[in-house]
Order: sequence, then C-alpha cells, then structure tokens
Amino acid sequence: MSAITPDLIAQHGLTADEYAKVLEILGREPNLTELGIFSVMWSEHCSYKSSKRWLKTLPTKAPWVIKGPGENAGVIDIGDNQAVIFKMESHNHPSFIEPYQGAATGVGGILRDVFTMGARPIANLNALRFGSPDHPKTRHLLAGVVSGIGGYGNCVGVPTVGGEVNFHPSYNGNILVNAMTVGLADKNRIFYSAAAGIGNPVVYVGSKTGRDGIHGATMASAEFDEASAEKRPTVQVGDPFTEKLLIEACLELMATDAIVAIQDMGAAGLTSSSFEMASKGGLGIDMDLDQVPVRETGMTPYEIMLSESQERMLMVIKPGREELARAVFDKWELDFAIIGTLTNTGRMVLRHHGAVVADLPIDPLALAAPDYDRPWLPPVKPAPLDPRDVPSTVSPVDALKTLVGCPDLASRRWIWEQYDHMVMGDTVQRPGGDAAVVRVHGSGKGLALTTDVTPRYVLADPYEGGRQAVAEAYRNLCAVGALPLAVTDNLNFGNPEKPEIMGQIVESIRGMGQACRELDFPVVSGNVSLYNETQGEGILPTPAIGGVGLLDDVSRSATVAFKAVGNAIVLVGETKGWLGASLYLREICGREEGAPPPVALHRERRAGELVRQLIHDGLVQACHDVSDGGLLVAVAEMAMASADHVGAALEAPSTLPLHAWCFGEDQGRYVIEVQDHDLPTVLEEAVEHDTAVRVIGRTGGHVISVGGRAIAVEELATAHESWLPGYMAGGRD
Amino acid sequence: MKAAIIVFPGSNCDRDVAVALEASLGRRPLMVWHRDTTLPDLDLIVVPGGFSYGDYLRCGAMAAQSPVMREVKARADKGVRVLGICNGFQILTETGLLPGALMRNRDLRFVCRDVWLKVETERSDFTNRYAAGQVVRMPIAHAEGNFFADDATLAAIEDQGQVAFRYCGADGAVDDAANPNGARNNIAGVFNPGRTVLGLMPHPERLAEDLLGGSDGKTMFESLVEALS
Repeated sequence: MSAITPDLIAQHGLTADEYAKVLEILGREPNLTELGIFSVMWSEHCSYKSSKRWLKTLPTKAPWVIKGPGENAGVIDIGDNQAVIFKMESHNHPSFIEPYQGAATGVGGILRDVFTMGARPIANLNALRFGSPDHPKTRHLLAGVVSGIGGYGNCVGVPTVGGEVNFHPSYNGNILVNAMTVGLADKNRIFYSAAAGIGNPVVYVGSKTGRDGIHGATMASAEFDEASAEKRPTVQVGDPFTEKLLIEACLELMATDAIVAIQDMGAAGLTSSSFEMASKGGLGIDMDLDQVPVRETGMTPYEIMLSESQERMLMVIKPGREELARAVFDKWELDFAIIGTLTNTGRMVLRHHGAVVADLPIDPLALAAPDYDRPWLPPVKPAPLDPRDVPSTVSPVDALKTLVGCPDLASRRWIWEQYDHMVMGDTVQRPGGDAAVVRVHGSGKGLALTTDVTPRYVLADPYEGGRQAVAEAYRNLCAVGALPLAVTDNLNFGNPEKPEIMGQIVESIRGMGQACRELDFPVVSGNVSLYNETQGEGILPTPAIGGVGLLDDVSRSATVAFKAVGNAIVLVGETKGWLGASLYLREICGREEGAPPPVALHRERRAGELVRQLIHDGLVQACHDVSDGGLLVAVAEMAMASADHVGAALEAPSTLPLHAWCFGEDQGRYVIEVQDHDLPTVLEEAVEHDTAVRVIGRTGGHVISVGGRAIAVEELATAHESWLPGYMAGGRD
Repeated sequence: MKAAIIVFPGSNCDRDVAVALEASLGRRPLMVWHRDTTLPDLDLIVVPGGFSYGDYLRCGAMAAQSPVMREVKARADKGVRVLGICNGFQILTETGLLPGALMRNRDLRFVCRDVWLKVETERSDFTNRYAAGQVVRMPIAHAEGNFFADDATLAAIEDQGQVAFRYCGADGAVDDAANPNGARNNIAGVFNPGRTVLGLMPHPERLAEDLLGGSDGKTMFESLVEALS
C-alpha cells in the first residue's frame, strides 16, 4: 500500500485543511482507496463546496413542485397523475479534451439522472458555448460535440429538440457543453435514491466497470493548463446502445414492485452512488468488490470505486425479488450482480479478495463535505449607454443583414439536422422556434422546452444577467403559449477562489433567485461547473437556464413564422432603445460595453400572461420573443421562417433614434402577427393586462422595409442560412 | 389485416410505427421480440427504424442474422408483405430480401429533415393510395442511407420497376440537388421484384398526423390496410 504523502494528497485535490479533516473523521491515516474516495466525494463537482450556501437561496417550491433539488433530477406535477422529471448538467472539461465522447457521455449521464427516477426520457436539449470562430480549435470542437450529442441521442431514440449556441473568445480554451433531459413519469411511480431495509441486497446493473474516467470528477474541479490534453484517459467512453437497453430494462423493472431505491453511477461512479444512497437512508453498506462486473482483470479497489465507466446503475432490491430483477436484466442482456447488503452500521465497508480494503463512516464523509464561504467582490456596475452615443453609420437593413448572418444569430440548422429531433413521434415544434414543443404521449397536452442565458449580459452585470436569463426562458415558453412551470440551472463559472469570479456567482444567483420568485418559476434541479478557466482566463459567466412549460392543448401552440399577407404586426412591451451590451454594439460598432438591458419582472409577467391569453384565444397568427439583436432581427426571423418568405413593412416612431428602435434589446417584448378583425380584442386585452402594445407595421411583400430602406427576405435568409455551413466547410479545405 | 412489428434490442421507432399503424388499422399491431422464433398468422411484418444491436459491425448486419429474421424471410417467401423503414431497410438488404446496400451518407453526417419524394408507382399494396408521379413529403433520419447497387443490379432494379420512391425537389425534379445522401439514381425506397417487400429510408410514420407537420406518410398505412384487409 502506498504511503500517503503530501504530494499524493495534493494530486487528489485535497487541501491541507481538508486532509486534516480526513484524519479527524477517521482517527487514523486513510489508505489509498479511502483517500481516493474522500477526494472525489469532496471535489467541487460532487460537493458543491463553493456554491451550496448560495444555491440554498434559490426558490425551489411551488404547489406543482413534487421534488426540488437534492435528488437526481427535479420533479413537477402536470396533472392527470403525470409528472415531468428534468435536469441539466455540464460536461465541459471532458468535451474540450475529447469532444465526441465528452459530449456523448454528457448526454448519457443526464439521461440516466432522469430515467433513474422512473421517467421515460422524452426530449433532450443542450446549451453549447464555443470559442471564437477564428480560433483554430473551434471548428473541430463544434463538429465533435455536435456529432457526439447526435451519436448518443439518436441511438437511444430520444429526440434532441432544442438548444442554444454562442461563440466568444472567452471559451477558446474551455468550451461549455450543458445537456438537459426531460422525462415523463406517472406521479405515483417516482423512484428515489434513499436506501431502506437492513439486509436488503445492493445490486449493480448495466455495463461492466473499466479503467475509464478515473478521477473525472476531480478533473472537472480544476483549472485547465497545457498538460490537460494528457488527461484524455480520464474521459469516459459512451455506449448509447447499452444505455437504450438500460432504459428499457429499468423501466420494465420499475413497473414491478422490486425496486426499493435506485441511483445512477455518474460522476465518481460507484463511490458517490453508494455513499449517497446509504447516507440518504441513514444506513451502511457492506460491499464485496469481487462481485462487481469488471471489464479488465487486475483492477484494484481504488480503480473499481473511482471508475466513471458509463451506463451503470445501483439499486436496492426488495428481498425475494432478486430473481425477478435478474430475469429482466438477462432479457436485455445486461450485467446484474448483487454486490452488497444494507447494514445498520452507518459505515461503508469494502471487501476485496477477502480483506477489508476500506472502512469509512458514511455521514461524516457525505454530509461533512467542506462548505466554503469564499470571499467575493461585488461586481462594478457599468453605466448605462445613451443610444445617442452609439453612432448609426450603416442603414438599418444593412445592419440587419450583418446581424442575421453573424455567428451568434446565424441559423443553427447545420447543427440540429444532425440530431434526430422527431423520433418518438411527438415533436410538434421542431428546433428553430422560441421553444421546442413536444406532445405528452397519448394526450392532448404539450410541453414547451427551452435553454437560455445571455453571457455578455451576465459579464456586464451578473445580477441583471441572472434575472435576464430566467426572464428569457420564461418569455420563450410564453411565446409558444405555454405556462412556465419550473427551471433547471447549469451554472458555469471560472475559478471561485478568485473574489471577482465568486462575485459573479453570488450576484447572478441572487438575480436568478429574484426572477424565479417573481415569475413563480422555481428551480427544481441543477448543476454547478466551476474552474472553467484556461491559463488563468475565465469564461464569460454562463448560468444557463433550462425552462419547462405546459400547454393544456398542444394543438394551440404558436409558431414564429408569419402566416399571411396583410396582417398587423404588433409589438408587445416597451421600447426605450437599449443598446448597452447589445449585439448591434458588438457586431456593428465593434464595442462590448454598457449596462445590459434591465428586466422589469412585473412587466415581464404581465406581458407573458397577455401573450399566453391571446395565443390560447386563437388571436395570434405568429409570435416571437424579442431578444438578441432586437426588434428588427425578431421580425426578420418571423419572415425567414415563413413558408414563402412573407415580408414586413414597419413604421418606426420618431421619438427614438432609428437604430435604437430597430436593434435595442429592451426586455419583456414580443412581436405578434394579428388579423385585422382580431385587432380590437387584442388591444382591449392589452389594456386589461396593463401592457403596452403598438401596431408597428404590416405583413406583406417579400421584403423587410423600415426607415425608407428595404431588403429582400431571400437575401436575409441566404445570409442567415449560409454562415454556419460555410464556416464548417472551411475546415475541409 | 394482421400486422406485427419486430423489436430488436436498439430498435427505437417500434412504438412510432405502432402508433401510426394503429391510427389507420384501428387496433394495436403485435410487437414481436427478436428472440421469438415463431410468428402467428400475419399479413404484414414491419421491421422498424433504430439502431438494432447498436448497429455495431455494420448497420443491420447483426439483426439480419437474428433468429426472428429467418422466420421473417420464410414468411416473405410465402408472400407475406414486409415493410422495412430506415434501419429496417438496412436489415432487409442485409438479409437479401431486397437488393443493394445502404452506405454512409455522401457528406458523412447524420441528417434529420423532411425530404420530397416522387412516388414511382401506385401499383403495390404499399402505394395504392398514392398516384404515380405524386410528390410527397416525409422525414429522413440516418447516417447510412446512401443506396448503392452495382450497375447490373441497378439496371435490373430499374428495368423491373422496383423503385418505389426517389428523392426529388418540391417541384418533383429528380436531380442531385435533391439527393440528401448520395443514393444512386436518387433511390429512397425499393421493392423486391414481386413488390411484396418494401424498404425505404424515409419515415412514413413520422408524418402521419397533421399536428406533427403533415400526413403524407399516413397514406402508406392506409394503402396497406385497404389492400390487406
């Protein structure tokens, strides 16, 4: 057995203080296996030690929340004895090192978090961030990540229905791959992870354990440097075929009464799954590592406990149901092994080749993980930018063409056509709209799903940016007509040991919390990814929000495409021409400055209620939220989405500079297409909801015209559709 | 019409095609697990899309060797109608029930989108509700849909009227711009010489309901129900 040296402790990512706590808990020196277990359990990735005191401030309750944070995924009630189970999780570091497998196993991991609770996964989404398109690695990383997400999701047969992608140089050395899965379960058939029943068997199912992914959780908790590529062996390899079998086998067994508790083996593998199950149940486990199905001979206890091999689950089975369970896994040709027994000792005792190789108290390890109140600096709020200080050097239609073809706004078709977004036969709104809409199988209900955050706003003002991320998710759900129910969050930041980064974390969580509270949009699950830095350079703070909403009648969802010529175009919400931190400022003026647009949550809520009401009453022909790029971009997107490129003639007010009206990113706004005979009702409803609306133009022609200039929708669509395929093809020259 | 759907480990469009068939047929088709070696009396066998056995080795190659496929082949030889969709088409070429092979897409990427198809003949139990020359819309979702046959086989396929569908433009033009995967002669689906077996890469079950964006695929299931009931 190796001696525990200070070097070895440091390699395991434990500080001197943390190691002192290990000695205190054990009353002796740990052996190597035990040190490895402490290391992964107390890693940032597993313990949330820098963020948990702040996460506790987020609102997590509502009458429709069945289970908030703390389980594998969050659970909400959608009526008719049905529950939606969902979560988003990052796989950033592995995806940078090995983009295909990193992204693929990110999808696999989040799927398991959802079906381990008894839900059939029904939709996947993602939130991706890449470096500058000019960076030599970007094309390779984008191609690999998209291929990996598709390769896994397509094979398991869960549609990938939506997502978002940004490019920014701050992600050059540290891309973000956040994957979200949404599942559907019967409300009275939800499975939890708390072990129960002393003497009950602990069962291992799924793939065999190999030497892959050892210390993945520790890797995900450290900054990157040039040597990181050498960590490729710590990236796991996924097998979506096995995952598909595991989904079917688990759901088949879940239909019986055999399972007491179940937990997937994710980060830190067998270690975290067994400790979490035992800790939640207040029990101990006696585990015989010789029974663990292994892929290779000669694996040590350390390797078995720390492996992050994919497609594995741990279950506690009712006594007498072992053979029933075994038969199900035999049918699906998956490994099934009884590897342990629940005890009343509160200790994890591991045996290997007849000897005890680890004997650890469970709760002190699982519950006494460090909880740091790291020092933080309040971010300095930038001054708002006066639109009159932003020059208008190009005509609005020329700026529009540049914007719809810029990397952050160009069509993502090249990406989502590589994802099977229709399998399962319930995709009502495919990718490309404000939110994806999937039917609840066998019913007339629908779920609206979206992922959102605007990192440049969060950088400029973490508090406002956090509010805006939640508000935009809320808006995207309302824009298809869905009632926003709950969110999952994926908080991606740099090194929390730097007070200015910690300030971003604290303030953006405060902003998110406030928005979630005021919009009745609680957080039910989430994930934190810190240390997203390379050589000391942090990423843009990126707290991604995954939102879920409900449509009572899925056939009434609204889409972004203009439907007909001669309809009124109505702008919902107030426009002040806010150009600070806007895409216009960055892409047209080459400046990244100013305060981001503020979110007025009470107005956001009223506008959302108005739009949902109008859609429900059938008064809206098309609807689109106004976000990146502002009003003119939103209108252009509605025109480009229409089957025969129906254009729009807009009349700008004289009270604002034209470019500020066209491209300001004021929040809380929607564009709706309304038939003339519905217009009076729409205006009345707006008064009723105390929300500003204004007719800004009319659909028709095949051009977008504003301020005396016009541009063909066709020309815009070409710019919009050609950037990404052209960029990706560039790599093959 | 008595219909069954074969389910392999890794099939993932089995439920989708069951839903679409049920909508036209009025009752749920029989789901047959790949280890079953006996089939009841049937009029139609569907081999669905997905990634049978993970599509390891080669798409459809392992499924083609499974016990149930021997039985499917025996039934097909007796004239029972067999429909293979996407991975099912790959499996039917691997078993030899259909000619040709499905290779990696020309641009090497998985592609999921609607395509336009030209119906080559209405004279089959699968297509009798369509009109010859009609242009219909169905989604594709595959990485290996590039239909290949050697020159002699291709000539035989064409001469014997075995082409069921070709990729085309919205206007019906069959050209390279409308070819999503590099398939020879833009072939999207082929029959056996007796037109009792059809394999196609597009998914008729995915556009069999207006709520999902169209119902051109439903016509195929209605054709089968009409012919075999």
